Amino acid sequence: MVSRAQISPVGAHYGLGDWLSQRVTAIVMIVYTVLFLGIVLWHGGLDYAAWKALFSGNAFRIATFVLMVALLWHAWVGVRNILMDYAKPMSLRLALQIAVICLLVAYGGWSVQVLWGGP
Amino acid sequence: MAAADRPVARPRPVYLNLIAIRLPLPAVVSILHRITGALLFLVGIPLLLWFIQRSLASPDAFEAAMRPLKTPLGKLVLFGLTWGYLFHLLAGLRHLALDLHVGIQLAPARSSAAVLLVLSVVLAVAIAVRLW
Repeated sequence: MVSRAQISPVGAHYGLGDWLSQRVTAIVMIVYTVLFLGIVLWHGGLDYAAWKALFSGNAFRIATFVLMVALLWHAWVGVRNILMDYAKPMSLRLALQIAVICLLVAYGGWSVQVLWGGP
Repeated sequence: MAAADRPVARPRPVYLNLIAIRLPLPAVVSILHRITGALLFLVGIPLLLWFIQRSLASPDAFEAAMRPLKTPLGKLVLFGLTWGYLFHLLAGLRHLALDLHVGIQLAPARSSAAVLLVLSVVLAVAIAVRLW
């Protein structure tokens, strides 16, 4: 049996998963962007009534929720890569990563509130 | 090879004068991809959520949320975020192409980087002109 240490003695082994998830989440966001622009152009711009109606549709809400999950996941992988390159002291990097995670969770909660918390 | 014949690791020259360093175009695209990504995370997401939340509250709130977008500062921020989003998206598509070994040689990688920089600005200006 080949242990992980024999394949590679270093690293935390999440690189390939990050690489793939960064691309998959990017494609999800591109699809959403194209659909959203299509809807807006189809309406020829959105006034309040059309805007409100769009965000009242369950399919659109769920699609937007999927977008937000992809976006926050994508942001986490990207920002952590930046921190790994520039925030060298372990304590500083850990503090910044915790701050980023808190911000991501806050964005997520806020998104749910925007999508389902309306009157 | 005997140990004595092996090339000895010598200290490598380090040249990181940020003023004098001249980045090749693909490197400019790479660092801008990071900078736009960080800005979209720190500024883009909260502004977008704030705008959507306010604009959905009522017809009056919709008008009120639109109003800052008509000020010079609002237009500048919107233009910056639009360009940042477009650039980040296009740089991501270029990245996907490179992953598939499309345009991976030096010459096409350089020209695609130049096209990307110009195209992102042209598209952002076109959207700005269309909006205003």
